[in-house]
Amino acid sequence: MIQLCAPLAEKDIRRLRAGDEVILRGVVYTARDMAHKRLCAALDAGEELPIDLDGAILYFVGPTPARPGAVIGAAGPTTSSRMDPFSPRLIAHGLRATMGKGYRSDEVRRALQQHGAVHLSTLGGAGALLSKHIVRADVVAYEDLGTEAIRRLEVVDFPAVVAYDAAGGCVYDRVRDKSGAL
Amino acid sequence: MRTIEFEQIVRAVASLCIAACHELPDDVRAALERAASTESNPAAAKILTQLLENAAIAARERIPLCQDTGLTVVFVEQGAEVTVSDASQGHPATVVDAINEGVRAGYEKGYLRKSVVADPLKARTNTGTNTPAIVHHRFVPGDKVKIVVMAKGGGCENKSQFRMFRPTSEISDVMNWIVEVVRTAGADACPPFVVGVGIGGDFELSCLLSKKALLRRLDEPHADAFYGQMERELLTRINALGVGPQGLGGDTTALGVRIETAPCHIASLPVAVNIECHSHRHKTAIL
Repeated sequence: MIQLCAPLAEKDIRRLRAGDEVILRGVVYTARDMAHKRLCAALDAGEELPIDLDGAILYFVGPTPARPGAVIGAAGPTTSSRMDPFSPRLIAHGLRATMGKGYRSDEVRRALQQHGAVHLSTLGGAGALLSKHIVRADVVAYEDLGTEAIRRLEVVDFPAVVAYDAAGGCVYDRVRDKSGAL
Repeated sequence: MRTIEFEQIVRAVASLCIAACHELPDDVRAALERAASTESNPAAAKILTQLLENAAIAARERIPLCQDTGLTVVFVEQGAEVTVSDASQGHPATVVDAINEGVRAGYEKGYLRKSVVADPLKARTNTGTNTPAIVHHRFVPGDKVKIVVMAKGGGCENKSQFRMFRPTSEISDVMNWIVEVVRTAGADACPPFVVGVGIGGDFELSCLLSKKALLRRLDEPHADAFYGQMERELLTRINALGVGPQGLGGDTTALGVRIETAPCHIASLPVAVNIECHSHRHKTAIL
């Protein structure tokens, strides 16, 4: 099993292929719709970003509140394609991996190839199971967004699959060809 | 005339919200177990087993099945011989107000995610309570109140579609389109799905029927032989797409297709498809 631990190096990421099963260890940042919008607005305004994207893994998730004594609530992936308009920009700023569920746009695929990054898929609808792999969670930016705030997670043996690699490969292509997609 | 206390409805709805988000319905679990044992793709079978493991963890440790604890959709049938009273206020109250109060209480007490924004286009500020719920209310004969709470995820709802067919369209046109909607939803909407189909009525009724169709048990085919056959045929065709669990390939793209119909205008043939993810969360109470 391939282990990924941020900060990720371009040469390691370029070796990954669509379909590879990986496990994540260490730091993963969370961001979904509104946080993406704010990160890109900050770049537009020439402001410093609240997190260091260099070599980072960004997980598209909005967790449920943690019960007292728990690290986090349910924390499975949200639909990746909603982040498509923003991801290429962040990848160009050093982001090495994104993680969510479902398909990415051609623009994102091109950005992954150009800059040497991957998109990972993890188990959609298994938020309870995935929460067991998160050992620490701290809000680090945009706290007013609540569940959509950026969190710094520490994960252990977090399971994922390389869905889109840096060589243009995509794990869904074969499935979609078979099902009659264009 | 029977009177139900406002607080009784609040407590019932709060419990339903919490239970729905933690306990996968037995028919859905049985369908996942069956699929896991028959799935020919080993990677897909492994994912189905992980989904069952997720359900076991959720029930045991009271962690929601999914972090998207949904927009709360409530179907309420109020007996015409029941009124709601709010003892603390000393005046009659509405069942819809009580439901919203129950959703607010359940989502807070159950550590569920609040996923509702007050305005869809302007500020998109979270209401912080998961209210307002979407409430479909109707009066029925009797003195009971039946409440069905559904926690409907945004990812699968986003992939739902509506189309107005010609009244002269062939049944095969309608079926082809339904299969296409499911194919398009693909990996984005957390397959294996439950597919709700509403046919007939008008623009909004077909959509409502497609959601109501999701509430029929997976082991309970349509009572009408024609639509029962159509449900089976659609399920076979959808599973032949090979989309599979998580869209990574396999025989299990849907766990069931449920159709509901209504009479419609001579000029119309409205069809709606409501996509539901495998985390098909709903609970019922009768007060």
